[in-house]
Amino acid sequence: MTETTTPAAGEELTRLTAAAMADRLTAGELTSEQLVHAHLDRIERLNPVLNAYLRVDAEGALATAREVDAARAGGEQLPRLAGVPVAVKDIACTEGLVTTAGSRMLAAWVPPYDATVVRRLREARMPILGKTNMDEFAMGSSTEHSAFGPTRNPWDLDRIPGGSGGGSSAAVAAYLAPLAIGSDTGGSIRQPAAVTGTVGAKPTYGGVSRYGVIALASSLDQIGPCARTVTDAALLHEVIGGHDPMDSTSIDAPVPPVLEAAGTRDLTGLRVGIVSELTGEGYQPDVQARFDEAVAQLREAGAEVVEVSCPHFRYALPAYYLILPSEASSNLARYDAMRYGLRVHPEGVDRPSAEQVMAASRDAGFGDEVKRRIILGTYALSAGYYEAYYGQAQKVRTLIARDFEAAFEQVDVLISPTAPTTAFRIGDKAEDPMAMYRNDIATIPANLAGVPGLSVPAGIAGDGLPVGVQLLAPATSDERMYAVGAALEARLAAQWGGSGSVLDRAPDVSALVDAFATTASSADREVTA
Amino acid sequence: MTTTSTGTPARVVDFDDAVARFDPVMGLEVHVELSTATKMFCGCATTFGADPNTQVCPVCLGLPGALPVVNEGAVESAVRIGLALNCRIADWCRFARKNYFYPDMPKNFQTSQYDEPIAFDGYLDVEIPGAGDSGEPPEVFRVEIERAHMEEDTGKSTHVGTSGRIHGADYSLVDYNRAGIPLIEIVTKPITGAGERAPEVARAYVGALRDLLRALGVSDVRMEQGSLRCDANLSLRPRDDAAQQSVPFGTRTETKNVNSLRSVERAVRYEICRHAAVLDAGQAVVQETRHWHEDTGITTAGRPKSDADDYRYFPEPDLVPVSPSAEWVEGLRATLPEPPAQRRRRLQQDWGYSDLEMRDVVNAGAVEVIEDTVAAGATPAGARKWWTGELARRANAEGREVTDFGVTPAHVAELDGMVGEGRLNDSMARQVLEGVLAGEGTPTEVADARGLRMVRDDSALEEAVDAAIAASPDVADKVRGGKVQAAGALIGQVMKQMKGQADAARARELILERLSPPE
Ligand SMILES: [Zn+2]
Repeated sequence: MTETTTPAAGEELTRLTAAAMADRLTAGELTSEQLVHAHLDRIERLNPVLNAYLRVDAEGALATAREVDAARAGGEQLPRLAGVPVAVKDIACTEGLVTTAGSRMLAAWVPPYDATVVRRLREARMPILGKTNMDEFAMGSSTEHSAFGPTRNPWDLDRIPGGSGGGSSAAVAAYLAPLAIGSDTGGSIRQPAAVTGTVGAKPTYGGVSRYGVIALASSLDQIGPCARTVTDAALLHEVIGGHDPMDSTSIDAPVPPVLEAAGTRDLTGLRVGIVSELTGEGYQPDVQARFDEAVAQLREAGAEVVEVSCPHFRYALPAYYLILPSEASSNLARYDAMRYGLRVHPEGVDRPSAEQVMAASRDAGFGDEVKRRIILGTYALSAGYYEAYYGQAQKVRTLIARDFEAAFEQVDVLISPTAPTTAFRIGDKAEDPMAMYRNDIATIPANLAGVPGLSVPAGIAGDGLPVGVQLLAPATSDERMYAVGAALEARLAAQWGGSGSVLDRAPDVSALVDAFATTASSADREVTA
Repeated sequence: MTTTSTGTPARVVDFDDAVARFDPVMGLEVHVELSTATKMFCGCATTFGADPNTQVCPVCLGLPGALPVVNEGAVESAVRIGLALNCRIADWCRFARKNYFYPDMPKNFQTSQYDEPIAFDGYLDVEIPGAGDSGEPPEVFRVEIERAHMEEDTGKSTHVGTSGRIHGADYSLVDYNRAGIPLIEIVTKPITGAGERAPEVARAYVGALRDLLRALGVSDVRMEQGSLRCDANLSLRPRDDAAQQSVPFGTRTETKNVNSLRSVERAVRYEICRHAAVLDAGQAVVQETRHWHEDTGITTAGRPKSDADDYRYFPEPDLVPVSPSAEWVEGLRATLPEPPAQRRRRLQQDWGYSDLEMRDVVNAGAVEVIEDTVAAGATPAGARKWWTGELARRANAEGREVTDFGVTPAHVAELDGMVGEGRLNDSMARQVLEGVLAGEGTPTEVADARGLRMVRDDSALEEAVDAAIAASPDVADKVRGGKVQAAGALIGQVMKQMKGQADAARARELILERLSPPE
């Protein structure tokens, strides 16, 4: 099918939810090729400023789209999301398509294989639009630590889109993709979702295969969906979830019924616990206000809300910043310029040894945040320090898991703000890594305990930026957070009116981008003049 | 780092002198490559000798994003090895990452086991030949096993350049086919109390382990191909017969990759002599790895090693713990072969060998091959004769194994059969064996090609006998007169005339028949 779409009609198409796209494709009202073109057009216009995508695979996406359209025309039964485009964080290997993990080290690396999650997208016949920007090796909460420049928040181009998966969330928020894949080690799906007004889910550890997803911290990493609605997130979750024999830590059980749960509206009889350690002090007042309103909505939906205490959560941040660097220091050891990736010959050395090439390449290939964490982790694992650091951190981890167990004996789901603040300005925390680390204070406990978490939009703060709330469920009960998230989303939508999306109230990103480009080019002229 | 150049011998003390004054303490670490069809953590093939980097995948190349999955067959082999070594089997254990940078290690960490080995606290009883040369029964020496753990092999580096080492190489090539092959590392507790027999105990231990692993069917155990590799730790402490066990251990050295049984014995012996010389000179033994030089029979300094080498071990987060169930372990116990020492006693009885004969067989490392040869139809006496004769001499002289020369149990059985049938005599059979060794084919092919066959047609022999009698009438008379021993000279002439292709016994019969005194 080659019918053209007007630019305005294309814009309209990108605003659809993934579920609506799937329905229209099934009904024959729309082709996948039209959808992909509409997104590619928008990417072409906005991405030069947003920098949400590091690489766009127009050819690959269109090829998949045309195959799907032909198959549908031929009456073939197709998976529900067949033909719905998707973006993939540049941390998941895509065969034949450069995968960088946001690092100079892998700037030109072409994987010879697909990550399991990518294979599942292909099996679901979803066109892959491209690879999204991220903090280098997923180390960061702002996407400022990408070797390829920061991603800008579509709500305010001077602000960060969260991280490490800022590219995926910004792409979804700016309608450059209806769905995206993210990875969450300490909040890298949920915090970007919160600060971009989108939905992001970190499934139970082991719920989605990690095979082929470049490892940051193996015991914390989890792959999950980024979307604009809870239902869309659930649709993508069901595509990518489920057992994978290539990942030993993958759970050998069916995907929890998250899509069904996303239809929940009535929460009668459900017990929701506010984590007292994750509210109040340290939380931006209007973030706290939106959170309190969300809690009130849950009460109105029939939920019984109580406060619960998780006393060991206060040790989560230090424990996390020992476990993560320790595992990362080992996971990143393989980038040594011997087999793939950047290779730098040390300056002034005639016949460098393998060790000298390794050192020079790692020095040139890794950014400061990566080096900082490799050094931290190497130290924490060293003989004589292991027990004091890594060993202690693992004990804290056990205590946090027990806090969750105790809490889930009293309630079905826990709730907190996703991030303590709205999006901060690009460069604001560059000199203070600890301040950036603290942005993940509410999301980290779930990774340490392996429990699932979901961030859904809760409204807009006084600074005009979106706020998210986080729902946490017991391991392998991901459907519970989807149920509560869906009920909350529906009530807020009714209150907000319009399409019900908080994104309706975002400034027009096209106008922001045009204004930005004008300012930038006039600034350029000033510089050249 | 200072290194002694290859071939420059250190000062050494005479062995007898060294062990008279010092007590050797050994620790043996043996790495065994399992013969599983696939690698430890991926589905790649493990065939030896494939073209470089053809048996690799994202997992064993350590590509970004790749994850390991444990090979269940390797765990099964590990448990069986542990059981055969009388070890306790962990009901729960984990893999750990051993972190260090080296180009042949794709991930720059080796997935191994650290403080939670799958098998631990075992022992292996090994036999060393009885003292003296008069066939005293073998002595049994118990070697305590500290642990047996699972890990993956590294790739194989080839350093191209004059030095053959990474330092000074023009460039290096790495073959990752070996990366990820399952290894079991078997570590002994400190072996004390062997005294002057320490080198023999080391050899006997590695030999017994090799026999055991072969009987288990878990490895090719080809030392020359590196599927069984031994690192020998050695230290000396002053001899104190009154309270030896309370004397603290000395500083140890670790001699790496000693790749034949004979080398194990020689390397330990050399290090005893070298350590003694260092200690005699009032110097301290340097804790380091040593390289063994097969050609010169010495070791040279490698890299300094300290107990503080920091590999930053931590539990491998990409793998779940291994927890073999008690039922499964007991099921595997039932599959264990007969212990080699017990088996040797049974075979000695079956084969009717004397203790001395059995000792030679064991020393030649020929128990298995004789068993196979007998199974192929040879007589036990014939099998022993060939394997402990020429082949053992060659193996000993060249530091190789009796099975390394292209002669198979089937060949020896065939040869033994040809002798038994009277087709070949002893000297012909030796010539046939030479032909087989030279790669000329099977014994039958060699005998045919070389025209070796005992003459069975008595007419030629009778002619030769008559000619010999006619040529030496004096000798013939002596025999006629009852001096039967004198027939030997006639037999010699007959054999000469027949160019050795005659049955000497038959010639003797014919001569005595003709020269028997008239009735
Ligand atoms: Zn492989």
